[in-house]
Amino acid sequence: MRKVAVIGVGNSKFGVRNDVTISELAFEAVKPSLEDAGIGAKDVEFVALGSVGAGAWYEELLPAVVTSEYCGLTRAGLVRCEAACASGSAAFFTAYAAIASGHADIAMALGAEKMREIDTPTSMEWIGRAGYYFWEFHNFGLTFPAYYALYANAHMAKYGTTEEDLALVAVKNHKYGAMNPIAQLKNRITVDDVLASMVIASPLKLYDCCPMTDGAASIVLASEEKVKELKVDTPVWVAGIGYSSGTANLSKRPDFVGLEASVLASQRAYKAAGITPSQVDFAEVHDCFTIAEILAYEDIGLCAKGEGAKLIREGQTEIGGRIPVNMDGGLKSKGHPIGTTGCSMIYELTRQLREEAVEKTRQVPLKNYVGLAHNVGGTGHYCYVTILKR
Amino acid sequence: MPSTSMPVIKSRPITIAPEIPISKTLKFWEGLKQGKVYATKCKGCGKLYFPPSADCPECLLTELEWVELSNEAEVETFTHVVIRPTTFQQYKPYTVAIGKLKEGVKVLAWLTGFKLSEIKVGMKVKLVAKVTPEGNPTYEFVPP
Repeated sequence: MRKVAVIGVGNSKFGVRNDVTISELAFEAVKPSLEDAGIGAKDVEFVALGSVGAGAWYEELLPAVVTSEYCGLTRAGLVRCEAACASGSAAFFTAYAAIASGHADIAMALGAEKMREIDTPTSMEWIGRAGYYFWEFHNFGLTFPAYYALYANAHMAKYGTTEEDLALVAVKNHKYGAMNPIAQLKNRITVDDVLASMVIASPLKLYDCCPMTDGAASIVLASEEKVKELKVDTPVWVAGIGYSSGTANLSKRPDFVGLEASVLASQRAYKAAGITPSQVDFAEVHDCFTIAEILAYEDIGLCAKGEGAKLIREGQTEIGGRIPVNMDGGLKSKGHPIGTTGCSMIYELTRQLREEAVEKTRQVPLKNYVGLAHNVGGTGHYCYVTILKR
Repeated sequence: MPSTSMPVIKSRPITIAPEIPISKTLKFWEGLKQGKVYATKCKGCGKLYFPPSADCPECLLTELEWVELSNEAEVETFTHVVIRPTTFQQYKPYTVAIGKLKEGVKVLAWLTGFKLSEIKVGMKVKLVAKVTPEGNPTYEFVPP
């Protein structure tokens, strides 16, 4: 396999973006990524788009085609990747593989999602169906917060994790999100704010949940030969990617205190990169709900099983702690446009690893120049872990 | 539609209601109407499937037998769903639990008949088949 580098990144402003269509939103990410890479749209040989709501919560059924036309990418190889909330990482893997295999020298992973063109109950309906519709939604009306709430109650019962521990995750991520100009929720919050917010699916409350977000992110990847030819200053190399999946029915899972897909995907990624978790300088983890960040700490080996709450209580995942996590605000505060998130995580890793343009107050200290992105699709239905190294 | 100060054009609406085939699980849906909850069991490897599966991915056999499940279960986890999807707006907030049956399979279903504060991981519950007031066959956990 050939070496592959990230050579250009772009990210739109996240939020309620009723001012733009899916194509116009994609352009806000594609343009800066091409400028960053120092190439034109016609130089891109293959495009993989992560997007989930096509034809459901936004109107276009073939978003890869319409966004590519709008951004001048027509005639490149083209595919839309669906891995639920990990679609952006699936797109990144697809673009990476196109280059690693020798099929292309320059490829793009694009994430584009519009979630705010429909009302909230209808969004809850669509996303609640993203499990096993027939067996877990049709008669029982599970919502996405409810799926993760099942994990929260099991984790609390087994390990003594509390609602205050969950709240600490939200407080941390809002703190850093407030420093991130592209974030959707830039308000600082307290533990009491979280505990006092309305119950969505017990024990999860409004401030335990990420918002629904419109947003796009674009990543340009290149082969080692192309990196030399283009004289790229600071290529950020793909050190390893791991992936796995979990059962569609939650009732078929062995337990509800961790996501097996995260464990397997991270082990495969560490092996591919030839590193251990202790060599990772900082991480982006999938905090769609506060409990998800605590599960992620344990599942990807940042701490032992059952000790996730201790990690957040001790402040180990803040700047100055053992391993900063979600220094862009995470899904919780930056926002979670579900098909985009994987690419937005790569955007953040790349900017942090380059030590450039990141708002200085949230720049992570780098020792090994290694960052990790953990992206879960569905409720542990899919998982991709991507490790980058400068 | 969401309120927005931005100018928008409303898309053409579409209503979809796929017709989901139940030929291969008919015994299950008929069983619910008779107060029975069935699983399937592979005649080759003996693996028990719930939700019932017509095919066995372990040994690739396609002729599974129907077996009635016991009703004894233990709660592995639960949640009380307050904010509900569009098609569940007509119900009051409901509790969903995953219970493990003594046969080893797990079932996800509504849990009724308890106050929320009474529900604990590890408690014993009973799995029962029922038909909803709207006429839909389903199953739920109730006090033992």
